[in-house]
This record gives sequence, structure tokens and C-alpha cells, in this order.
Amino acid sequence: MSENVLHIEHLTMRFGGVVAVNNLSMDINRGEIVALIGPNGAGKTTAFNMVTGVYTPTEGKIVLAGQDITGHRPDEITKLGIARTFQNIRLFGSMTVFDNVLTARHLRRTSNFLTATFRLNAAEERKMRQETEALLKEVGLSEFRDEMATSLPYGKQRLLEIARALSTQPKVLLLDEPAAGMNPQETEELGAFIKQIKDKFDLTVFLIEHHMNLVMGISDRIYVIDFGKQIAQGTPAEVQNNPAVIAAYLGVDEDEGVQ
Amino acid sequence: MNKKKIDSATIISAVIVLALFVAVFIAEQIIPATSMLFTVIKKGATYALVAVSMNLLNGFTGIFSLGQAGFMLIGAYVYGIFTIPVAARADVYQYYNGGLVQFTMPVFLAMLCAGLAAAFLAFLIGLPVLRLKSDYLAIATLGFAEIIRALFQWDKLGPVTNGSNMLRLFPNFNDFNIKNADGTVAVYFSTLVPLLIAGVCIGVIIMLINSTYGRALMAMRDDEIAAEAMGIRLASHKRLAFCISSFFAGVGGAMLAMYQTTVQAKSFTTAMTYEILLIVVIGGIGSVTGSCLSSFLFVACSEWWLRFLDQKQMIGNFEVPLLRNGFRLVVFSIIIMIVVLFFRQGIMGNKELPDLIRQLQGKNKGGADK
Repeated sequence: MSENVLHIEHLTMRFGGVVAVNNLSMDINRGEIVALIGPNGAGKTTAFNMVTGVYTPTEGKIVLAGQDITGHRPDEITKLGIARTFQNIRLFGSMTVFDNVLTARHLRRTSNFLTATFRLNAAEERKMRQETEALLKEVGLSEFRDEMATSLPYGKQRLLEIARALSTQPKVLLLDEPAAGMNPQETEELGAFIKQIKDKFDLTVFLIEHHMNLVMGISDRIYVIDFGKQIAQGTPAEVQNNPAVIAAYLGVDEDEGVQ
Repeated sequence: MNKKKIDSATIISAVIVLALFVAVFIAEQIIPATSMLFTVIKKGATYALVAVSMNLLNGFTGIFSLGQAGFMLIGAYVYGIFTIPVAARADVYQYYNGGLVQFTMPVFLAMLCAGLAAAFLAFLIGLPVLRLKSDYLAIATLGFAEIIRALFQWDKLGPVTNGSNMLRLFPNFNDFNIKNADGTVAVYFSTLVPLLIAGVCIGVIIMLINSTYGRALMAMRDDEIAAEAMGIRLASHKRLAFCISSFFAGVGGAMLAMYQTTVQAKSFTTAMTYEILLIVVIGGIGSVTGSCLSSFLFVACSEWWLRFLDQKQMIGNFEVPLLRNGFRLVVFSIIIMIVVLFFRQGIMGNKELPDLIRQLQGKNKGGADK
């Protein structure tokens, strides 16, 4: 197999007596698109929150490109190269589209607050702005550049969330239900878009999704969890034909997914 | 905020501000120095600086802090302690054998120290306090301000703080005037200089807000979880905002000391913080322009325009009822309630002067004359 980027080992998260994620192990290689699926409440977002540092796992280990990041702060993990989007959109509401993406470049600054205040970082600032401009163009949001982030149509807000995550210059992009609330056509476009940015920005994509068409269409490999436990993994074809998965999930969700 | 190239609205704003400075300078030479106008400008400039510093926290960073009076107190004391002429110390510290500090600093250096002392204290206080959220943080900072006020009146610290006695005889705004050999004033600067100091400080705050750090602070205000996920370290950025805000509150405190010509810890009450908070709210949370405007309006109303309400007024032979000492505060409170009830966004909302000019330009292309 190719180079391992994200390695998750025996990850467990308990909230009091509830075991949200139970002994989850995953390996994600560079350049892959890997999906984590499972019925509602299966522990997918909890797993994401552990990987991004929102929760510290009760047990287990998370390794990003050879470095143990278990229990690191979210901002440290983002700096090390994991960026994420949110299931329920969390844009910076008082800022324009441009500033949303620009703000996500803050973590790559070399200036401190004094040099930034007194404009001694003008070259860096200019570069940040140019890169942001280029990124907006890349994802097709240039025309909305000066609009307030929250005034965008829903689908564009999702796109902006991805653009903002890309702006942190990640190695691994975590997408938490990127197609939630999208119609079939938008979902299809999103799938193509994810593949496109993956190649363009040399990313590894790890996503949670309920839209089975999207998951099956773009994923290289799929992990399935139910009640916090992994019940299957493999290529889309393998997973689709796995009896455990069909029993637990697929048959039910296909209808839900189309809505 | 898009200052890829500086647009005309920003330039016009700068010109307006500059024109105000020039107008104040000219007015100062013509109008008698005792005019209420100058009192209002001096105090207004001081309050504007403190209000903007509070807005940086409450409006731009989303940290609800009520410690402003405490940081002003520190600034005022540090300024006072370091600038009282050595010769005058025996007089000021009469109960403490002339006090411990026996040197004098230049005024501007002392103001810088005032800011740094406040910022340093903010750093220390911030370590525990900034872990708290919203109202809890407000209460903790409020408590801190009260503790500071009590501490500075503590008798044992008397050799430094002069206990509960006032500090006085330090250089004040009038010492900025350039005097002839015979003691008459040649050129008045006593109003312009405080206005300039406040202007420069507020300018620095605006530059901070428009820098990458300012964007990070606003991102935290909008959504902490998203900001953290975008790699913004919450703790350090909050601490930064808290220290910078306190720095300027400290400088503001030094200015207040100069304005009052005396400093006494017991005057830095919670009520003072509330006044500043009111100014911020009336001006518009998240608008520097609003904070500045409302400071001057607030000070003008409370010190000048509403003064007549405190005295008996006759219209012809009719004596207007209710007018007596203290009635001004009643009217003032009513005005504030009206503002808060009906203009909830404050005077400016979250708009700035350049935004307004841009609006005008949009409506009336090129015809904005202000």
C-alpha cells in the first residue's frame, strides 16, 4: 500500500456509561477518499471530533503522518494538517466570503501582533490575499467574494466551508456530511468537486456522509460503524454486498438518502 | 475592510478626522480656555479611548469583560506615582514621609508605563479568568476591579499609592500649553494633545482590528468552535485581546488622571465601567466610530448640555417644575433607555465612518460633501 497519512488505532470514546465509539481502527493512505458511514447516532461525528481534537479519546491513538496527535488541541491539529468542515455550517457570520477564507490563513502567519498591527507584514498579507483570491477562483466563489458569508445560498455556504478548510493548507480534509441538505444534482456536482480538489491540492479526504450515491461514487474505501463499533470495511462494492451492512444500514438509509 | 488599495472613502474619513483636529486646534486659540467645549473634548477623548478599548474586547473579540475601571485605575495610579515632581512628593505623601518612589519620569514614558502595567496585570488576571465564558467572565472581571480599588486604598501600600489619600500635583493637560516667559500661554495645546493621544491610540486599535489578528479575533467572536478548527488558538488570542484592551484602558486611565488633575482610587467605581459600557452600547457594539461619537455625546450631555436641568429655570414668570439638583440624571437615564429600547444597534451598528461615506457615494455618485 502507499504512504499512510492517518492511522487510527483502537479508538474508544466513553461519555459516562455510554460508549460512543468502541475500538475503532482505521488506516487512510495518501490520496485516498475514505468514507465513514453508519446509521444516525453510530458515532461518526464523535470519531471526527476525536481526530480533530475536540474530544480527547478515552483510549486509543491517532497518528498523522507518523506523528502522534492524540489529545492535541484542535488548533494544533489543524496546524499539523487536518482541516474540517462542519455538519451544521459554521461560517464566520459577520464576515464576507473573502474574509472567511482569508481568516483561515491566519494560522500560517509568520507575523506577530505587533508586526501585523504596524503593517510590517505587508508582503505576507499581500500573499495571503492573493492566495485567497486564487482559492476562491478555484472553488468558483469569486463572484460572491464581497457578500456576507451567511447571505449565500445553502449550497454555496457548504462550498465556502470547504474553501475555508482548504485555506488552512491541509494534508487531510475531513468533511462532515458535506452533502447534507443538497438536492441530487448538487450532490453529484459536489462529488466531482471533491475529486477535483483532492487532485488539485494533493489531499487525502475522509468523509462522513449519508447520501449513498455520493459515498459509493467517490470513495476508494468505506468503513461502516454501528453503535460505535466497526462492522465492515472495504471497497464500495464489497461494502454494498456485505450482509452485516445491509442488515444494519444500507437498506434503510437508501430511502432516507434520496428523500 | 477591503484595503487592497486604499479607497476614496478611507481617504475622506482620514481627511475628516484631520480636519477635526485642525478645528480643535484653531478653536483652542480663539475661544477662552474655560469654555465647556474643551472640558467635553478632553474628557470625551479620554472616554473615547477607553470605550474603544472596551469595544475591542466586547465588540470585536466577544469577551464580555467589566474590568475597565480597574485597569484605568492602575493606569491612573502608575501615571500619577511616576510623574509627581520629586519636590512635591513630601507634600503629596505627607502621611507617608514623602513616599517610596523618589524619581520622576517624562509624561509620555509614564503613560506608556501606565499602559504596560495595566497590560501586565491583565495578563496575570487573564490566566485564570479567561477560561470563563460570558457572564461568568463579566462577574470575575468586575470583582477584580473592585479588589484593585480596595487594594490601592490599603494603608500598608501607602508609601507607594498614598493610601486613601489622593495623588495630585502631577503634570496635567494644561502643562501641554506652551507658555511665554511671563507665564501667559503662547500656544494652547491642552485640548489638542489629549485628543491626539487618544487619536493615535485608537488608530493603533483600528490597525490591529484590520490586521490578520483582528480577523482572527472577529472569527472567534462569530464562532469559537469554527475558529479553533481553523487553527486559531483561542487562549492566546483571547489573552492578546485582553492585554491590548487593558493597555489602552491603562493609557486612558492616565489621561483621566491628567483630566481630573487628581487621582483617588475610590472614584474608579463600577459605575465608571457601566458608563463606558453604555457608551459602547449606545455607539454600537463593534463600531469604533460609534464608540468615539457616543463618548463625546455622552460626555457633552452629562457635563454640559443637560446641566440646565439641575437648576431652577424660569420661562417668563413660570418656574419649570421638577428641575432641581439631580434631575439631570433622571433625564439622562430616560434618554439612555430610549436609545437602548429603540436604537438597539446603537448609533452606528457595526458600521464605520468609511462605510457611511461609501453608502453616500453609492447614493450620490461623487457628490458626498461632508
